[in-house]
Amino acid sequence: MQRIGVFVCWCGSNIAGTVDVQAVSDALAHEPGVVFSTNYQYMCSQAGQNMIKDAVAEHKLTGIVVCSCSPRMHEATFRKTAAAAGINPYMVEIANIREQCSWVHKDMQTGTEKAIILGKAAVAKVNLNTPLTPGESPVTKRALVIGGGIAGIQTALDIADAGFPVDIVEKKPTIGGKMAQLDKTFPTLDCAACILTPKMVDVAQNDKIRIFSYSEVTDVKGFVGNFDVTIKKHARYVKEDICTGCGACTEKCPMKKVPNEFNLGMDNRSAIYIPFAQAVPKVATIDPNYCNMLKNGKCGVCSKVCAAGAIDYTQKDEFIEEKYGAIVVATGFNPISMDKFDEFAYNQSKDVITSLEFERLTNAAGPTAGKLLRPSDLKHPHTIVFVQCVGSRCDACAEKGKEYCSKICCMYTAKHAMLTRDKYPDTEVYVFYIDVRTPGKNFDEFYRRAVEEYGVHYIKGMVGKVTPEGDKLKVQASDLLANKQLHIDADLVVLAAAIEPDKSARPLATMLTASMDTNDFFTEAHPKLRPVESPTAGVFLSGACQGPKDIPETVSQAGAAASKVIGLLAKDKLTGNPCVASSNELMCNGCSTCERVCPYGAITYENKEFRMPDRTTAIRRIAVVNPAVCQGCGCCTVACPSGAMDLRGFANSQIIAEVDAICK
Amino acid sequence: MQKITRDQLIEKAASLLANGTVSCVLGWQKGEFDYDITPAVFETEDELKANFVWNDFCGANFSKYLVSKTKKCEGKILVFLKPCDTYSFNQLLTEHRFDREKVYAVGIPCEGMADIAKVKAIAGDGISAIDCSGEKLAVTTIYEDAPVMIDAKDVLAERCVNCKSKKHVAYDELIGEDGDVIDSARFDEVAKIEAMTPDERFAFWQNELSRCIRCNACRDICPACTCEKCVFGNPNSSLENKSPANSFEEKMFHIIRAFHVAGRCTDCGECSRVCPQHIPLHLLNRKFIKDIDSFYGEYQAGAEVGSRAPLVNYTTDDLEPGEVFERGDN
Amino acid sequence: MQVKEYKPLIVAFCCNWCSYAGADLAGNNRLNYPADVKIIRVPCSCRVNPMFVLRAFQRGADGVILCGCHPGDCHYTSGNYYTRRRMALLFSMLDYLGIEKERTRVEWVSAAEGAKFAATMNDFAEKVAALGENKRLEDLRCKR
Repeated sequence: MQRIGVFVCWCGSNIAGTVDVQAVSDALAHEPGVVFSTNYQYMCSQAGQNMIKDAVAEHKLTGIVVCSCSPRMHEATFRKTAAAAGINPYMVEIANIREQCSWVHKDMQTGTEKAIILGKAAVAKVNLNTPLTPGESPVTKRALVIGGGIAGIQTALDIADAGFPVDIVEKKPTIGGKMAQLDKTFPTLDCAACILTPKMVDVAQNDKIRIFSYSEVTDVKGFVGNFDVTIKKHARYVKEDICTGCGACTEKCPMKKVPNEFNLGMDNRSAIYIPFAQAVPKVATIDPNYCNMLKNGKCGVCSKVCAAGAIDYTQKDEFIEEKYGAIVVATGFNPISMDKFDEFAYNQSKDVITSLEFERLTNAAGPTAGKLLRPSDLKHPHTIVFVQCVGSRCDACAEKGKEYCSKICCMYTAKHAMLTRDKYPDTEVYVFYIDVRTPGKNFDEFYRRAVEEYGVHYIKGMVGKVTPEGDKLKVQASDLLANKQLHIDADLVVLAAAIEPDKSARPLATMLTASMDTNDFFTEAHPKLRPVESPTAGVFLSGACQGPKDIPETVSQAGAAASKVIGLLAKDKLTGNPCVASSNELMCNGCSTCERVCPYGAITYENKEFRMPDRTTAIRRIAVVNPAVCQGCGCCTVACPSGAMDLRGFANSQIIAEVDAICK
Repeated sequence: MQKITRDQLIEKAASLLANGTVSCVLGWQKGEFDYDITPAVFETEDELKANFVWNDFCGANFSKYLVSKTKKCEGKILVFLKPCDTYSFNQLLTEHRFDREKVYAVGIPCEGMADIAKVKAIAGDGISAIDCSGEKLAVTTIYEDAPVMIDAKDVLAERCVNCKSKKHVAYDELIGEDGDVIDSARFDEVAKIEAMTPDERFAFWQNELSRCIRCNACRDICPACTCEKCVFGNPNSSLENKSPANSFEEKMFHIIRAFHVAGRCTDCGECSRVCPQHIPLHLLNRKFIKDIDSFYGEYQAGAEVGSRAPLVNYTTDDLEPGEVFERGDN
Repeated sequence: MQVKEYKPLIVAFCCNWCSYAGADLAGNNRLNYPADVKIIRVPCSCRVNPMFVLRAFQRGADGVILCGCHPGDCHYTSGNYYTRRRMALLFSMLDYLGIEKERTRVEWVSAAEGAKFAATMNDFAEKVAALGENKRLEDLRCKR
């Protein structure tokens, strides 16, 4: 039998104003197991906690019921108090008589009656509580960063800086991500490559960081501190460690008609290629879809011209298995497809482009060597129309675009408009917008400069239709402020396409058992207080995989994710949540029902020998729960027909006792 | 009358025993009366010839016996499976309840089993012998010299009237011909109850379930109820309850039992067959099957080994619990 | 003889992460709902065994409501999807047995939906009160 102490908190007048605390402590004093019952002004105060400690010593308490505010508020506090008083912290139960009683009920009598019932339920539960000890598991001191854009790069550098080894897995042949494709960055207008490529070099030279480029994660097992990850390294048909990146092969390769994805298909590359000059790792990759040697065995030029002898047409995909303590997701974003937006004639005219394509057109390393020439005839455009929110903030057209704001478009459009006017003052620039959103340091000043100093025509309203006619693009739009229709003959139309999470994110989330929102952005453990952690322990979020972000925000989140990883890897052992499921092997049928509902794969089976009542032995299949993996949801306990599976801290018998106490 | 004869089955069993394929045979033998056939284990041809029975009263589904018998028997066990038994057989395999390697399953066709209650309704009480070997059942009572001749079709058990499948979904060897899955009218009865008003439904089930004496026959025969320890028999479960002490406890037992086998029940009908109080328990299980079919798509437990039962599965756009009442059919 | 005013007894199972927090928020915002509602905290709505629901009815509850995270938002990623199937089947079965369907409910309440929590409880309590005492399920001996 337990010896339970009941402590009723007044919470000043928060509780005592609507609940007769004396009546509650008096009523609960007669409940089974209760040997001491009192009330006090602030149970959570030092004095209140000392009162509990004294009572534990004086009355030899084995269990504690605190009738106070929500357990979400002070359960941890009172558990610590219990531990300090020398009893197991899990022998504490809270009756929530503030948030769920005194604050929602006005009448003293009903409030008091309900508080007594809630107290009785807590007492009934504590009577069945058992001391629980958290399990411990070791930590593999190595981190995995999935995605090698600026988010992944920054996270990896910060983790490595703290002395922990990091691996970056990047599906493209080089790290760098979207930022490597950008020309200038807002609001400072410094060149993206100038600030990114040194970081890429840092990554390559850091002896704590390994880069698995042209690779992807294919399997994740295990749990926080102990992930077993399989990485598939695609065959690039070039020996990475031998290739010097001299580029002779790319020059000599006869297959030069491959759409260059780095320039978004606006020019061509060879079948063997290095994505861009500053690629890391700077090694060539053979595109098996276009290489004649790989397709039909005819060619072999690159092998002949390679002085280093790095070409290997027989290379196979390689699977690498590695252990990690923490995983950072930095899978980034992509602009959405413009296929559903026929009104903007994206698929009809080469001169209707997305903003990322515009970025390449203005980049010195781009298809036009930085000269702003329109794709169709390589003439200089004199009238450019920028359309904002293409596919963003779609309410009615949700099946076409996205409901959310893509966040970065207002600023990069202002940047594009300003840079165009700066370099080509003879060009008229129109920007059509729903709202201009510029929260951020020096952002609004930047936008205002575009309007006021550079004379960009900002027009509130949406473009209704773009029609190619001759060498012009007829833009039909509305000016909402002037309340009139506009017709503009444009040479180039730039669409600020909404951004969406990379397609690889969804299957990755499944592997990681990390949750996602309806837009396939990873969900954070808490939107405000734990923004860089996934609800799945040991999985962290960096960059646009969690939501649209600009570069400064991405970098700060990357650093935050890194610090969380470092905090985890700095530990030698992890203590788990002791409120986990466990199976009573004597009752277990081994039927696999629990395993099938477990979201964490925490349940496995083993064959165990049992002595039968008739003194024979029999082998039976029984479920075993890995307490380090189990998160304590209890789904298995309901799936289990025999009741062999139960949840510590929320046992069947405990919940039934609460039900009984409430329904008395 | 069954198309397969007793002699055919004995011959098959004897040869498998003789060539060492199996070391024992799970079969039927006569009980106190000709109609209460009981399961038995046979180890020799002589035992088979003396006691083995195969007739219109061999309803017992042997699948469940394999759970304990495979652990006890050295070598393989020969089990005779009627089509509906094979579904339970697969379901138990899905749940890893016995070792497939230890079983030699012989599928046998079934013409439907007789319901003794229906026989008694025609022939009266005091049945002393039933001869199933002819075209019709010859039922002798202690009151009449001449046997009452009954057409087997007239006394077919409810579950056989609504037989869902003559197809064997598992066997090592088949005697006779395999049949097909049948589009039966087995949900009609459920639909009839659903069409009643709530008060009528309550009255109907109150009348049925209040007769329950908690003998646990339904649980003990059920091939899905194979728990090492039943929650209702476990003193630590807080739900231990061995007798119907009040108006709700037997309801709770039957709801929970039906829930525990939901998605796993193959609708073999054994629960209703063995109920001494003739409570139509299969109508509870069939309600779940009908709901599962209409909410989550058709699912037949045991149709294949390893299938994912509806209650251990989900889709993100499943029906909401509040919507179950909004469907047109009830 | 003094006739006691009929007050329904309602048991609300709330998941720790969303609905219990939603109930706390209702408290923070001082949103009233009947004191007849008594909350039991469970880690996830999928922890609620149909046996608990029936037990509550057996012991005299007039209504039982389960609250969990919205589908897709489960703290444990998929728990509430199982809850949804289990309770859909259980409630349909109770209805089949002639037990008033208004006595059972599943509602998804997020941690931000204090107002929804209070509104849900007000509505549910009102509907249950309109049905009157739960005579079909309870065990009379358990009533004091």
